Amino acid sequence: MLRVEHLRIGLLPPLSFAVANGECLAVEGPSGSGKTRILRAIADLDPVDGQIFLDGAERGETPAQSWRRAVRYVAAEPGWWADTPRATLADPAESGARVARLLSAVGLSEETLDRPVSQLSTGERLRLALVRALADEPSVILLDEPTGALDVGATALIAELIRFQLLAGRCVLLASHDRALVARLAHARLQLGPPQASPVNGRTLPP
Amino acid sequence: MSYIPLQLPDLALAALLLIANGVVSIWFRLGLERSLAIAALRMMLQLSVVALALRTIFALNSPLWTVALALVMTAAAAFEIVSRQERRIQGPVAFALGAGAPFFAGLVATLFATAIVIGPDPWYAPRYVLPLFGMMLGNALSGTSLVLDSVTSGAVRDRVAIEARIALGASRFEALDAILRRALTTGLMPIVTAMATTGIVALPGMMTGQILAGIDPVSAAKYQVMIMFLIAGSTGMAVVAAGIGAVLLITDERHRLRLDRLSRS
Repeated sequence: MLRVEHLRIGLLPPLSFAVANGECLAVEGPSGSGKTRILRAIADLDPVDGQIFLDGAERGETPAQSWRRAVRYVAAEPGWWADTPRATLADPAESGARVARLLSAVGLSEETLDRPVSQLSTGERLRLALVRALADEPSVILLDEPTGALDVGATALIAELIRFQLLAGRCVLLASHDRALVARLAHARLQLGPPQASPVNGRTLPP
Repeated sequence: MSYIPLQLPDLALAALLLIANGVVSIWFRLGLERSLAIAALRMMLQLSVVALALRTIFALNSPLWTVALALVMTAAAAFEIVSRQERRIQGPVAFALGAGAPFFAGLVATLFATAIVIGPDPWYAPRYVLPLFGMMLGNALSGTSLVLDSVTSGAVRDRVAIEARIALGASRFEALDAILRRALTTGLMPIVTAMATTGIVALPGMMTGQILAGIDPVSAAKYQVMIMFLIAGSTGMAVVAAGIGAVLLITDERHRLRLDRLSRS
């Protein structure tokens, strides 16, 4: 279970919420309301005051790299540091079978891994980044606009993949403008107002 | 083959050449006359002060004054390094890195040269220590400056890729690996190029100076070879220290990329 206490993001009032295993919390609000900042703070990518617990262990007590192996932030804009997607996979030998399954789940063939990143479409890159992020099976998945550049068919595949992650007992935080996707997946919602408006603290209970 | 000292009228004669620059500036309306005049005056003033300071320190032959002048040179180098950066790392630590990397590299190489290679008597003779330290410092300064600039601009440019690696569980040195390697290459390139082209494209300043002072060209070349090795060594040390230091400064102990520590461009 992921538990967030008194997280202070910008000018927002302190946020407290919990997400049980297998639950999806949608983070909603207009652009600039702090959705990305919340997800980044939970992955410990920015220095933010407040406590975040994963199964009872606080963020600051866990080595940063182990924290991010368990709490995985998937950015809206995927980053690439090698010529092909395969070179950006953590350990191709170890996660090979899982990567193959994930690729077919998002509707990509395995040869996509060896195409130059510069020749891939935005939608392909987005899905490859998701495959890369899920390959080592993190327990908390923080999704920032996972279907931003995708068509209806690919969006449905992603929705199924997220649902599968929930069934496998992972916590999912979903920041998305896609109302249909949120309606399909979210067990609870964290509504952020425009700046100055007061947000409502969301909470999902263990099933 | 003897040394011909210059007199002040000789300098005034040489200064006539500056008028050519002034004419160009006026002819093409570059508006550089003022800067040109100020730069020329600064150069004369700075060199006079340094020359007088060196003459005094050489006469004193005291280690204390030698160290004092070396520290003044280092402070100037650090100021130069920090002010050259487009996106500089904020805070006194960045200044300490800018001063520390060239200083220690210069110090080690200079002590090595004077105490072991050249062996003047006494070994701290300012006549040897200060010019050597100055040359080490100057080259380490360029290297440090290039490396810092390369690391910070690289981190800004590749922020998305770096943070993607961090989010996947990479350490700060893994995530900045490509940036650091590129920065070190950039910092070491000038000395490699200088060694490869020296003597063909241009005679090095120090060798020219020795030749003008009446030293046999072969002796001057030997000195120059030693200097190039020293410069390569000290630049290497400064570049590595600056590169690792810069990576540590733009990240934190939680392996986060901290571009908020850079000044706005």
